[in-house]
Amino acid sequence: MSLIELRNVSKAFGRLQVLRDLSLSIERGQSIVVIGASGSGKSVLLKHIVGLLKPDKGEVYFDGARIDSLPERSLQSVRRRFGFLFQMGALFDSITVAENIGFPLVELTAKHPEEIRSIVAAKLRMVGLPGIEGKMPAELSGGQRKRVALARAIAMNPEVILYDEPTTGLDPIRADVINQLIVKLKVELDATSVTVTHDMHSAFKIGDRIVMLHEGRPIIDGPPDVIRASADPVVKRFISGEAGAADIAGD
Amino acid sequence: MACALRIRPPNAAAFPSRLLPAAPARIMAFMVMGSIEKIGLDTKHLLAAFGDFWRFFGRIFLWMGSGWMKWRNIRTIFPQMYEIGVRSVPVVSVTGAFIGMVMAVEMYAQFKAVGQAERLGTVIDVSVCKQIGPILTAVMLAGRIGGALAAELGTMNVTEQLDALRVMGADPVRVLVVPRFLACVLLTPILTIYSDILGILGGWFIAVNSLGIPNQPYWHFAQLGVGRWAIMEGVIKSIFFGASIGAVSCYKGFTCGSGASGVGRACTDSFVATFISIIIMNFFFAQLGHDWYQTIYGFRGIFGG
Repeated sequence: MSLIELRNVSKAFGRLQVLRDLSLSIERGQSIVVIGASGSGKSVLLKHIVGLLKPDKGEVYFDGARIDSLPERSLQSVRRRFGFLFQMGALFDSITVAENIGFPLVELTAKHPEEIRSIVAAKLRMVGLPGIEGKMPAELSGGQRKRVALARAIAMNPEVILYDEPTTGLDPIRADVINQLIVKLKVELDATSVTVTHDMHSAFKIGDRIVMLHEGRPIIDGPPDVIRASADPVVKRFISGEAGAADIAGD
Repeated sequence: MACALRIRPPNAAAFPSRLLPAAPARIMAFMVMGSIEKIGLDTKHLLAAFGDFWRFFGRIFLWMGSGWMKWRNIRTIFPQMYEIGVRSVPVVSVTGAFIGMVMAVEMYAQFKAVGQAERLGTVIDVSVCKQIGPILTAVMLAGRIGGALAAELGTMNVTEQLDALRVMGADPVRVLVVPRFLACVLLTPILTIYSDILGILGGWFIAVNSLGIPNQPYWHFAQLGVGRWAIMEGVIKSIFFGASIGAVSCYKGFTCGSGASGVGRACTDSFVATFISIIIMNFFFAQLGHDWYQTIYGFRGIFGG
């Protein structure tokens, strides 16, 4: 049985149809990367998986249970099994790095403050930023913010980690640091991961399965080698990063 | 576009004559239908937002009634109380004191003309305790706190911090809204009493030191007019004003549009909506307070009537 399954999911915002009858199954332990042009529905797909958005049509299942029809309160227990790295980090500005990482532990567990402190220090070591517990998010660089957000996402040792554009806005070296961290965490935490990106270098590095969305539905799904060898002109152009005449004309 | 072309065709003779007289009517019908559709859509959105607000308001009480009152939650109120209460003291002090002074200056001549200058304190203090103190405090807080709350939560919304809370399995209403709402409800009446005291002292200061009304009769008549009823009426309604400031501002922050303009719009909308709700609530409290007072005590004139 798939850990995550989306069945014929459609979603529109006003007149803009973002997802169209999208079906996708993700097995436990997979590292799946969802690629696609900006506005193709990648982040919307990710938010459906964790129940932040409800489909207009279709069903979403997690670990065999349907979650798209659950009320907000019931969703909370499901969401605790997820870690989510947001595109801009989404760190809480008014509290320190340690409080940010410890937030889910304080809110959702009855752990002793000393134990929480040691978990926070361990997670910061995992993301390569030991000793910055007392800093405020505003004092961190873009790459550091991402890594602290990653430490927060894994604070509860989640079964599934969702990454929304993890390398966007970072220089190539910092982006590669994040890629390597994602690979390392997958091994260390034995977690299923779903990454949304349009950074092909990142996609080939971290994914053992790549799905490309185009006009709201998958147009190709397979291991990285299959994607590289694809003859589909849309896939080929996306992988090589070449704009066609229609892209230049703004179509 | 097709209709527009039919109004004045370049060569009217080339068009079937039955189209010409009918075209303006069609345009008119199109415009009327468009207006009706817009009114309908606006009404639908307004009603949906109204319903959504009350659902949001209900969720605040749902959380308060379901295990929120634990120390780890209660302690989150204190930073909000500092922000909402302590940091509002200067602005409430200035407005409270000066409104009392202004009332003394404005009303003195009229009271002196009818030989009732010593009763000036009665009117100032009743007005301050029942109306001006609660309203002015609430409006100042709606501007200072309401805007800040809407901006803070709106920014958290557009930077996905609210989604981050949801994903972590923590309801943003419980974590962010309940402490802010409770701080507003608890501190608005306290700031109102503080504003009332300063308004009374401001009026007294000008009346006695500047306008020459004797101190003893001023206080004697003032305390005749201001009973427990007047003070409690102001305090009780200020609790509702505080609830309105907290709930509306947080709701506007939670539902703000994207980007800096969305946050700015949320701040403005928050102040306008809170101000309107305060003014409307105040009317009903005045009417209710007046009716109950008349029923319990009957008419009691401030000039001893």
